[in-house]
Formats: sequence, C-alpha cells, structure tokens
Amino acid sequence: MTPIPETDLQSFVLLRLGDRRFAVMANQIAELVAPSRIFRFPHRTSEVEGVILRRGRIVPVCDVAEKLIGRGLKSRRFYLIAQRRYDSQTEWVALPVTGDCELINAEMTLPSDTDAPHVSGWLSHAGDVIEVLNLSALTPGPTGVSPIAAPLQQQEARL
Amino acid sequence: MRPLSPTKPPAGRTEQIILFRVSGQIFAVSSASVQEVRGVDSLSGAAKDMAYPGLRKVKHFVRRGENSVYVVNAAMHFGLPPAPAALVFVLRRTRTALLIDGIEKMTSMSRLQALPLAYCHEERNWYRGLTALDQTVVPVIKPDGFLTPDELFLLDASLSQEADAEASRDAERNDRSDEQEEPRDQQDTSVTQ
Repeated sequence: MTPIPETDLQSFVLLRLGDRRFAVMANQIAELVAPSRIFRFPHRTSEVEGVILRRGRIVPVCDVAEKLIGRGLKSRRFYLIAQRRYDSQTEWVALPVTGDCELINAEMTLPSDTDAPHVSGWLSHAGDVIEVLNLSALTPGPTGVSPIAAPLQQQEARL
Repeated sequence: MRPLSPTKPPAGRTEQIILFRVSGQIFAVSSASVQEVRGVDSLSGAAKDMAYPGLRKVKHFVRRGENSVYVVNAAMHFGLPPAPAALVFVLRRTRTALLIDGIEKMTSMSRLQALPLAYCHEERNWYRGLTALDQTVVPVIKPDGFLTPDELFLLDASLSQEADAEASRDAERNDRSDEQEEPRDQQDTSVTQ
C-alpha cells in the first residue's frame, strides 16, 4: 500500500446528524458551541430557524438535517459555526448537530456530475464514505450579492 | 511634564427606537420614522374602508391632503396570528400607517447589524437589520417596506377606479331622477293643453 503524501491531505471536521456523518472543510469552521437561545422573528426563508447571539454577532441558525437526512433534528447537542461564502462576502451560520465533532486529515475525492450540488467531495474514513458538504449550496442565500468584500465580518448596517 | 488628561472614550452613535408589539412579537422602529402615534378609535372617524383582493393587509385608508395613507395590518403583513390592534403608527416619509398591538418601551440602540444574508426572501425588504438589546435580538423594521411601489400603485388605482365608479353611479342616479321628473312635466303640460 502506498501512503498518501501529506500534501494531499486536508483537514475536515466530521459532524453527526442523526446516525449519519458528514464533513466540512476545517478552514470553514469557526467554532463548536453549546446550543443557546434561538431568537425568532417573522421571515419567509424556511431554511432559517432564527438567530443566536455569539460573541456579539447575530448568527442565523440553519437546520440542514431536513435536506441531508430527510428529517429535522429532534435533539441537538452543539451548533457548529461555519463560514458561509456569499460571492466575495463571508458570514457565519450555525448548523445544529446531534453529536460530537471530530477533526480529521484525509484526502478528498472530487464529486462527480451526478452528485447533488451540496456535495463538494467525498472522504473515506474509518470504513465510511462521507460527503463533504458545500455550505453555499446547502444553506440559503441570495443569488446576487453586492460584490463589496467584507471578509469574515458581518457588515454592519449604517445607523 | 504635564500628566495626561484622562481621555474620554468617544461616545458611540445611538439611535432612539420604539419597541412595539404585534401578536406578541417585539419589533423596533426608529423614533424618527414615526410621525404620529394614534389610538385606533381616534383613527376610525377619518379612515375609510377599502378592499383590494390581492392585498388583504390593507383594509382602510385615510386622506391626507392629496395623498391617501394606507393602513396596513402589521400582523397580516408579517404572517402572524391576528391580534386586536390598539395603536396606529403613521410612518414618516411613507404613505403607510401601521396597525400594532401596543408600545413596549422607548429605548436606544447603539448597533444595527445587517440582516444575515441567509435571510433571502421578502424579509430583506421588511427589516433594516437586527439589534441586540438586553441579550435579546430585535428586528428593526424598514418603514417603507410595508408597501412596495407596485402595491401603492395598485392601491391608488383601485381607489381611483372606485372613485370613478362612484362618480358614474352618482351620474346615473341623477339621470334617473331627471327622467322620473320629466314625464311628470310632460303630463302636466298635456293636462294644461
């Protein structure tokens, strides 16, 4: 068996939704936090549950379980806070997960044409084949966003 | 060497806001955006009924000079369960008056955060952004987000059609009453002849 050169390995965070595991590239993850109060207000984007307050930021909570495993989560153990890219702008989104997350190094196989848009690749880990998630396809967002770059910080509206 | 004078941190800009309730949900609006706060009863004399099938959230309007101000039911606008409205906000620089349940309090916000881009539907027109107050998050409404220019156009057109219809009904009524009077005149003439 030929060992995989380290340069081909990338870091991923494995997350659990029900009895399935998925992966997100580690450089897209901000932190893993305990569930906190969700603030809800009227809106029309069904994929967003509400927002949480985290380090002074208001972070939308997107339950992606419905799309990935066909049912919403009954219990949630953590929120995985990830960076979601919108054209040249990046914002935090909180993804509820049902179990511990794990950081691994693995080689990613690129997706095929038949894979769903939310699949940005595949990993083989501990006997499982795991989808690497494309958060831009999985979480909601406008199709055309202002091209003004606002790296990693949510834009503050003008007072 | 003179001691350094204590530097005062620059006072952050704040904005006065009114927190108000609609069906149990708290919203905020900039005080500067509210021209008048009136009781529903005080408005009922001046408000006229209207019904535009596509816009059930507007059931009344008030004439203000040459303009019509449309009374929007905030609960219906936000898709909240109906609740008896007690107050009306007449919103400045708009043609909207907003039916709300009540005022919670007046306060100020020091930071308005843009609505996260994950919210990507109608709500982007509803809110200026979100603000964190006392460890809660409150949406700050956009005063001109209750009626789009297209909706205002449709409402204006509906009122104008209604006015035209009313005018033609009046004209018809007048014609009919003239016709009813005419035969009597003719009869009178024949009698005299």
